Amino acid sequence: MSTATDTAAPLLRVRGLTVGFPTAAGTTDVVKSLDFDLERGGALGIVGESGSGKSMTSLAIMGLLPKGATRSGSIEFDGTELTTLRERAMRAVRGDRIAMIFQDPLSSLNPYYTVGTQIAEAYRSHRKGVTRRQARTVAIEAMERVHIHDAARRVHHYPHQFSGGMRQRVMIAMMLSMEPELIIADEPTTALDVTVQAQILDLLAEIRADTGAGLILITHDLAVVSEVTDHIVVMREGDLVEQGSAERIFTDPQEEYTRMLLDAVPRIDDEIGLLRTTAAPSAEEDR
Amino acid sequence: MSRFLLNRLLGMVVVLFGVCLFTFVIFFVLSPDPAVQICGKNCTPEAIDQIRENLGLDQPFWTQFWTFISGLFVGRTYGTGPNAIDCAAPCLGYSFQTSQPVTDMIMQRLPVSATIAIGAALLWLLSGVAGGLISAVREGRFADRFIAGLTLTGMSIPNYVLALSLQFVLVVTLGWLPFPQAVSFGNDPLQWFLNFLMPWIVLAIGAAAVYTRLTRANVIESLQENYVRTARAKGLSPGLVWRRHALRPALTPIVTIFGMDFANLLGGALITETVFGLNGVGKLAADSITKNDQPVIMAVTLLAAFLVVVGAMVVDLLYTAIDPRVRVGSAK
Repeated sequence: MSTATDTAAPLLRVRGLTVGFPTAAGTTDVVKSLDFDLERGGALGIVGESGSGKSMTSLAIMGLLPKGATRSGSIEFDGTELTTLRERAMRAVRGDRIAMIFQDPLSSLNPYYTVGTQIAEAYRSHRKGVTRRQARTVAIEAMERVHIHDAARRVHHYPHQFSGGMRQRVMIAMMLSMEPELIIADEPTTALDVTVQAQILDLLAEIRADTGAGLILITHDLAVVSEVTDHIVVMREGDLVEQGSAERIFTDPQEEYTRMLLDAVPRIDDEIGLLRTTAAPSAEEDR
Repeated sequence: MSRFLLNRLLGMVVVLFGVCLFTFVIFFVLSPDPAVQICGKNCTPEAIDQIRENLGLDQPFWTQFWTFISGLFVGRTYGTGPNAIDCAAPCLGYSFQTSQPVTDMIMQRLPVSATIAIGAALLWLLSGVAGGLISAVREGRFADRFIAGLTLTGMSIPNYVLALSLQFVLVVTLGWLPFPQAVSFGNDPLQWFLNFLMPWIVLAIGAAAVYTRLTRANVIESLQENYVRTARAKGLSPGLVWRRHALRPALTPIVTIFGMDFANLLGGALITETVFGLNGVGKLAADSITKNDQPVIMAVTLLAAFLVVVGAMVVDLLYTAIDPRVRVGSAK
């Protein structure tokens, strides 16, 4: 773990984060003593395969773990310890200061309400005394910022009337309206096709440049993190495999598992060889 | 939207016409000759022929069917001369056993059936949704299991058993409820209410059990939805998350089955009305079946079909109001 950045006060400091689930055979830890920092305005990629605990890490930060899951360790956001916050205080942080977007934008939007209503309801619940009209204006502005054309009309449309990429833009607009300091994007492009993926990643980069918000990008796809993030955390089966600057991870991976992940990304100049699987060899190392 | 409405209305007319034709065929083909029944014991073949002619039973099938259909809209006259019987529109037929137009008989009974249906529907809707909500909130705990036990019991008791045992226990043994008396709402509202209480309960219990299970399952399922997670991630209060993002999607499907169930019940609750001696459409049907009063049986069948078709249509219209995804004409 070379470039572990430890400057004055990072935006997010995670120490010893452990997430456990009760099972018949006792508690199973799906995230095991994870440490990482996110600098102000920085972009962090959390990379790993399915079941590596990356999504649970993000839900743990949001305080939205499923029923029964336990969380220990420390999550310090802008100097505030989140793990000891009461639910009410956490709710004020959630959505307002830390916002999250999810993998499948269609199922993540409620089909029964217009996108305008769904953008506005977050705004209204965090900013007391805001009228419907003001919230609507904020919603339209947010939709314009994510480049949804004709936002004043489309604000009255329902999620099913948008395409996949547009829905993800709506999700981003929803979070953007709150001007969060930290954005957590959990597989934001996985459900989208490749050209749309690039557009959404560009949009995230643009927003980061505009607002200076920190970004945590969670993905299984190294090609995605390579475009957006400057620091990478590689996870596997709840363990931290390695972390470091994006450049170093790509040019000089220290761990076998990271190398395998890198190999899994198809490159245009690649020879087509055997597919390397990530199963057995590193299993002992991890445990 | 108006085109959708027009389509639906047209579809409804087609279905109702089909139901009329089907019912008519069944009674035309399968039933014994009504003329013989009307004629009575001391009957001559001439008398039967005379009755046939009066009723139009000597006409070909399509003529009879046409007379029946047109009777629904403009009325018809049975027989000719001084003995002719007028049946005003909507004429559903004439019962020669009771010497009454069938339409009148049904209209007299309909308010009773409507009272039973409305009361029972309110009862099962409220208790079913409330029970389902409690179960969902307390999933896996004592309250949930207790309610699950109740619903299982409610679903497995047959109507008539429940009706008879309620009557026996509440009226005869405990005396908590008075014997039913014929009173109108205006005369004695309390007695009126107590009269209907047992039929309401009996009819509501089975449906309430089904609605409880449905509500519970829907709420638990909708709480798993990704958009509920989104709502939480937005920092909405739990009340708002529940009301907007869990309950609305969960309760929408209940509208569908409620509309159908209610329409169904409006067409008469045969067993319950009979057991409690309430003169509703269901009891009319039961009495007519034992007397083989064909025009009445046929009319009650048609009424039930009509109510269900109309109920389905109302549900469809409501659904377009509730669920934006099925709204037609609101494409991109």
